[in-house]
Amino acid sequence: MTIKKLLPLLLIAAFAAPATARQLTVGKNAALKNIAQALVIAAPYDTIIVQQGIYHEHNLVIDKPITLLGKDMPVIDGEHKYENISVKADDVVIKGFKVCNSGISSITDYAGIKICNRHNITIEGNYLENCFFGIYSQYGIRCTIRNNTLKASQKEEQQSGNGIHCWKSDSMQITGNTVSGHRDGIYFEFVTNSLIWKNRSFRNLRYGLHFMFSNNDTYASNIFENNGAGVAVMFSNHVRMFRNTFRENWGDAAYGILLKEISDSRIEGNVFKKNTSGIFMEGVSRVEMHKNSFYGNGWGLKIQASCMDIKLNNNNFIGNTFDVGTNGSLVLNNFDHNYWDKYEGYDLDKNKIGDIPYRPVSMYSMVIEKNPPAMILFRSFITTLMDRSEKVLPSLTPENLKDDHPLMKPVQL
Amino acid sequence: MRKIVKYILLDILKNKIVLVYTAFLLLITLSVFSLEDNTQKGMLTMLNLELFIVPLVSIIFSTIYIYNSSEFIELLVSQPIRRRSIWLSIFSGLAGALALAFIAGSGVPMLLFERSVISMMMIGLGVMLSVIFVSIAMLAAVTTRDKAKGIGMSILLWLYFSLIFDGIVLFLLFQFADYPIEKAMIGVTALNPIDLGRILVLLKMDVSALMGYTGAIFKDFFGTQKGVLLSFFVMLLWIALPLLYSLRKFNHKDL
Repeated sequence: MTIKKLLPLLLIAAFAAPATARQLTVGKNAALKNIAQALVIAAPYDTIIVQQGIYHEHNLVIDKPITLLGKDMPVIDGEHKYENISVKADDVVIKGFKVCNSGISSITDYAGIKICNRHNITIEGNYLENCFFGIYSQYGIRCTIRNNTLKASQKEEQQSGNGIHCWKSDSMQITGNTVSGHRDGIYFEFVTNSLIWKNRSFRNLRYGLHFMFSNNDTYASNIFENNGAGVAVMFSNHVRMFRNTFRENWGDAAYGILLKEISDSRIEGNVFKKNTSGIFMEGVSRVEMHKNSFYGNGWGLKIQASCMDIKLNNNNFIGNTFDVGTNGSLVLNNFDHNYWDKYEGYDLDKNKIGDIPYRPVSMYSMVIEKNPPAMILFRSFITTLMDRSEKVLPSLTPENLKDDHPLMKPVQL
Repeated sequence: MRKIVKYILLDILKNKIVLVYTAFLLLITLSVFSLEDNTQKGMLTMLNLELFIVPLVSIIFSTIYIYNSSEFIELLVSQPIRRRSIWLSIFSGLAGALALAFIAGSGVPMLLFERSVISMMMIGLGVMLSVIFVSIAMLAAVTTRDKAKGIGMSILLWLYFSLIFDGIVLFLLFQFADYPIEKAMIGVTALNPIDLGRILVLLKMDVSALMGYTGAIFKDFFGTQKGVLLSFFVMLLWIALPLLYSLRKFNHKDL
């Protein structure tokens, strides 16, 4: 699908490049000593090859459609004062640079590489270290950010910007990047029709992925690990989340994914492992969740009573302390054909579907919801007794929150 | 004193109940670990059993044993032996036998299946609970001469520590839901050795769910070296206080 979409673009790009493109070389031993000089001489669609070395370019503004290639990772140092590269032309390619030490400011959003209101920009195979914002796109259209590594090491959220930051952009392709130590690994606000694929985002101060007001986007096969607060996807619709892994997002307010005000979306084939809460959802509607796996989370799924029309089918819940938690008795969602390892029913007709419904919300989890300090009684005999009696005669737990066709064996994924 | 302890230990072994208890623990531990493919889950099942069965067996067996050996105690008292050493010997014999039974029945297989800090803590907890409930049983047995009353009291005490206490805690939690009682709760857990042990092991094991605000406060306290040492000390108090009180009663008792 993506290849098919890309192919015409690639063809156009190949033929559109003028045959007269020159190559300029920048380096210690070359005629041109710095990149800014080369940019002045260069004609549109030229290629500038930058040799190894450290370049103090202050703020390098690219105002022509240029291909900027780094040979053996030349360093562009922002000296903690400047924005390293600002892209102010279309069709720019930046490839193979080490971009480090951008300025930090609470007024200006300094970035390692910033795209300002442009399209067809490719940023590929760069290494960004200690930048305030890493790669920043405002009003970027059809930009590709591929195989970059971004690393920052600030301790305070205020001192740190986002790794890949996209604002009011469209048709972005963010693939194969590794982001760590930033405030948010990948940040999307008002970004549409975009793809986030095969990235790794870990040990960021706040969210691995922060996603707001961004419709019709897909994120697939990413790994979000060990982020301060997990992943937040909010106020968006038509979002597709496929085969991502959400791992070890610990802490009081950390979630595998926090879903808030999401509608018409699909969540399929994701793995949630060892998070405080696998998914926390609030005000979510018309979302289909299939073939996800929840392993060893504190809460597999926390679903607030404000959610409706959520279809939860063919998911695996294995080794979670609590499978499902909720805060009210209203249930407008459908739980069906899931595998729950805590299910104790039987299957007399051997059709691999349990004969009695499973209630994933335990009474004790309702008690904790109302009175958090009751956590002190966790796994004591009295809570087991409470849960048992509640299973026979539900009084506190929502009567309709049940899986009528629980599977006897885990779903094969 | 050593002679009496030896005699009591032999007597308990001859009695065979402790051997059956050991075999039972062994059977349960082995079946739990071989049935569960996930050792973490196995450990949780073991924790539940440990908090339930170990106190029950310890307290009931010890109470009955003391009542049944009342004639033997009378005989010993008629000898030139101090009452203090008689009583402490009985305690040592019982505590030693039950702790050994636990180590042999549950501890060793647990270590074989999972060699970790958690299993070491579980074994420590099991031994502690065995000894604590022997000590409580001694107090129950010394307070009344009536065997039925004494055993009844033991059962009630067990019920109190494993069920009623938690019920009261839950009730209090809801009564004082509007107040910041998390810190006070740490103090309350010290009032029940079973709860104390449970929380100590859980903080090592099932942290994810305990991560809320309460969990954070508990972890702040019990997660530290100081907290663990303090809880160990509280457990020792739970052994010493009932034992010393029962010893005082026994010293003045008209047999």
